[in-house]
Amino acid sequence: MQSKALKPEEYFIKDEPYYQSVGDEIKIFEAAYKQKLPILLKGPTGCGKTRFMEHMAWRLKRPLITVSCHDDLTASDLVGRFLISGGETVWVDGPLARSVRNGAICYLDEIVEARKDTTVVIHPLADDRRVLPMEKVGEIIEATPDFCLAISYNPGYQSVMKDLKQSTRQRFVALEFDYPDAALEAQIIVKETAIDLATAHQLVKFAHMTRDLKGSGLDEGASTRLLVHAAKLIHEDIAPVTACKTAISQALTDDSDMLNAMNELSSSLF
Amino acid sequence: MSGQKLTLEEIIAVFDICFEVEFSFIKSEEPAQLIVKQSRSNQDFILNLTKRIAATNQELAFQFAMNSSKALAAMDQHMVKAWAMTATDNYDQKGLFPAMTVIRELDNFVHTAHINACGAVLEEEISVLLPFAQGLSGRKLKIVEATDSQTYTDTETLFLPAITALLEESKDNFLIYKASVAFLWAQIQCGTFRVQLDPALNKQLFVSDYTESHTQKFLALEAVRLEAYIKRELPGLYRDMQMLKQKTGEHSELSDDWKQVTKKLTNIKASVEDTLHCLNLIDDNDCPAPCCYQGTLKLDKVDAVMQKRIKKEKAYFRVALSELAIDAKKNDTDDAVETEIDSNKKFNVKPRVHEQTDVSGVIELELDGELMPLPEHVKQLITSIIVDFGEIPPEHLYAAGPGEYDLKKYDEKQLDPNDVWQGTYHEEGAELYNEWNFKRQHYHKSWCVLRELEIKPVYDDFVETTLDKYKGLLKSLRHTFEILRGEDKLLKRQVYGDDIDIDALVEAWGDAKSGMEMTNRVFTKKHKVERNVAVIFMVDMSGSTKGWINDAERESLILLSEVLQILGDRFAIYGFSGMTRKRCESYKIKAFDEDYNEEIKGRIANIKPQDYTRMGVFIRHMTRLFSEVDASTKLLITLSDGKPDDYDTYRGEYGVEDTRQALYEAHRDGIHSYCITIDEQARDYLPHMYGAANYSVISDVAQLPLKVSDIYRRLTT
Repeated sequence: MQSKALKPEEYFIKDEPYYQSVGDEIKIFEAAYKQKLPILLKGPTGCGKTRFMEHMAWRLKRPLITVSCHDDLTASDLVGRFLISGGETVWVDGPLARSVRNGAICYLDEIVEARKDTTVVIHPLADDRRVLPMEKVGEIIEATPDFCLAISYNPGYQSVMKDLKQSTRQRFVALEFDYPDAALEAQIIVKETAIDLATAHQLVKFAHMTRDLKGSGLDEGASTRLLVHAAKLIHEDIAPVTACKTAISQALTDDSDMLNAMNELSSSLF
Repeated sequence: MSGQKLTLEEIIAVFDICFEVEFSFIKSEEPAQLIVKQSRSNQDFILNLTKRIAATNQELAFQFAMNSSKALAAMDQHMVKAWAMTATDNYDQKGLFPAMTVIRELDNFVHTAHINACGAVLEEEISVLLPFAQGLSGRKLKIVEATDSQTYTDTETLFLPAITALLEESKDNFLIYKASVAFLWAQIQCGTFRVQLDPALNKQLFVSDYTESHTQKFLALEAVRLEAYIKRELPGLYRDMQMLKQKTGEHSELSDDWKQVTKKLTNIKASVEDTLHCLNLIDDNDCPAPCCYQGTLKLDKVDAVMQKRIKKEKAYFRVALSELAIDAKKNDTDDAVETEIDSNKKFNVKPRVHEQTDVSGVIELELDGELMPLPEHVKQLITSIIVDFGEIPPEHLYAAGPGEYDLKKYDEKQLDPNDVWQGTYHEEGAELYNEWNFKRQHYHKSWCVLRELEIKPVYDDFVETTLDKYKGLLKSLRHTFEILRGEDKLLKRQVYGDDIDIDALVEAWGDAKSGMEMTNRVFTKKHKVERNVAVIFMVDMSGSTKGWINDAERESLILLSEVLQILGDRFAIYGFSGMTRKRCESYKIKAFDEDYNEEIKGRIANIKPQDYTRMGVFIRHMTRLFSEVDASTKLLITLSDGKPDDYDTYRGEYGVEDTRQALYEAHRDGIHSYCITIDEQARDYLPHMYGAANYSVISDVAQLPLKVSDIYRRLTT
């Protein structure tokens, strides 16, 4: 089995990713980075956390290694494992080890999705020790000054199973993200998709309607990302109501009554 | 069913049994004469339905038989059945006379059937209309069926007629509902009802020569303003509204005066004041007829709701402000001591940078020049206040002084479910469930009134005694259950995993050296086997369990809870008892989300025998509780001591059949049911209810605590 080696240098971001700052999050991130503090991004899905990370990686001129966490993610997936090559076992670094060695920004997306034992691996990296113990090879790697650890999580999932442990969360500088205000959100959509401002405003209005329904039938309202998806479809000449249905409503729920209600809302808007 | 037509005598013979003619003195010949002419299929259909209705009421069945031929001429069999069932439902809810009316007024039913076929029924559409209304910005609105079939709002609830059948197609009729919802929403949102708040405006509306047509004119003018608002906010819906006007033929020629005021009222800045100004510019005859969705104004209802809400929201808002001020002060001083706020503390509304047309956009508040973070409930209050006033009135902005308001005063008074028999009977706080009537082959709708009651914990020595008594058993049970617990399993020879499987690797290496193909399964992987079980124990608390059965039940529950802790399975315990369909009581002993702790133990200790066993309704209730739980295995275990039995008709076959039907409904929802009973006769009826393999009869009550845990282990492995 040949695993694809991650080359940290490939992760340099050359073009500036579009990111519209809402508060002083860029300033805080830069300060934390300078002080070698790990960062926790909190916020609902699709509000721009990952885009913010890309933007910061570009700004700080560091490679960005993103790991999307899932419930089967083991510690060796992060740290590394032995593989067989040419009749011998060879150690291959995982993404976290690579970031530590190369001074990259390691971004663990949706950290709560990972198994609890996995999240503990990052603890020695997230305090003033800044080291990564690698039990299997009997090594400890010390992080270079450029290394930065960032994790994200969505406090909106009100599941007991998916909460961040205190021992983990109390190691991080937390940045809170939320959907931008209506005018800014419309601007972001225009910038990302080149649709006209009026349609963007209507899309944002629709998003607010779905966000109002959070708790009365919907678990989450439409994210900025979903709005961008819908806007891209509209840009390709798909009718707005259809775009809202396929890119937003269907993504939010499977409940047929709720889907109908959302279709009625979008057909009222366009 | 085919074959020869039934003869008059044969039909009479069937009717004689149905109507119990010897006692009821009903004459079977008359309806039989009518039916003898029908085809065999229709004859069978009528006789079958008559039998089923006769199980409810013979007189009703007789009337049905008399009218059935006429009904079959007007409707198909499916609709005739619906007609008969409407009659029996009416009998359940209102009595014989209204039921007879349904049968006698056949034409009426045929007419409504037509309306039902093409009309939109609120009950069916509400699941879409309600989220639609709540998705529109502003106050969270409710939708309720109007008793007088009119469309109006009291500023918190939208009242809509039960059926809308103005247009030919049901799709269009639904659109009328949707337009009505948006129109009433616009009334609330755009301040139509500010005429009630502002005495000066109110005076303009209710001038001395006030007439009904005056209000009509006001409503018509407001419609112009509101539709302009809808056109700006919801252009898609506005198009639909125009289409509706076309279809209902409400597009009339407008006078020049009207066109003039339209220009004024469609302006983005037009307010209800402008509408009032225009009142005198227009002649009564110039008003276009009201359109299908605009409904009517009920200002008295608006007034009552508005006054109450405004007082309540002012109190809540000012108290919330004082809380905010206290928090701010605490943060400043880092002082944990309770600080008090004097009522002179005034908040300021931060001026807006952008001009926004939508009134419900949340504003920002400042205290001493500092921006205050607003919690979600305060934002909602602000939205609601702005919807009423268009702004936050200055007197609202003073933080409430200590003890200025007693918020409890403003809370809706709720009737206590425990007081159901004190004073007048009420069904508040209760849930209604259907009950199956096997003779009628149909449900009694909303028949059983179920309340969930709490059991108060008692802290006696019952739990300790039990744990002590079964010390040895508990130890072995714990051991057995520990083995069951899901643990990390090491899977060998995996394509992908945490570590290398040395054995597999050596083998593979050997294979490769000898020229064979090498396997890629050389890893080991840890895999967690998780139990995903949710179980409810439904405990019989009927009077017959008094004494040692009750003791055994409680002991079983204690032992079981102890071992379930080890397994980590989610479990809930509910007791059930009651008397008649109007008082079914489900006792919450442990809900799914509660931890097994001292309080729960105390509740188990306090399980006491009550009244009767009406089982079906409780099974339906548990099925509903299960629907809120996500688990791959759902198990409903009933601990019982006998047949379903209640004070009224719920005994014998009726009770067994209803329970069976309830279990069938549970099964349909993916719930496995199992019954543990100590009734020796249970083998006669339990297989019919639960199925041949889904029950255990325990002959020795003393064995119950041991058996229950054992059966549970067997069921879940």
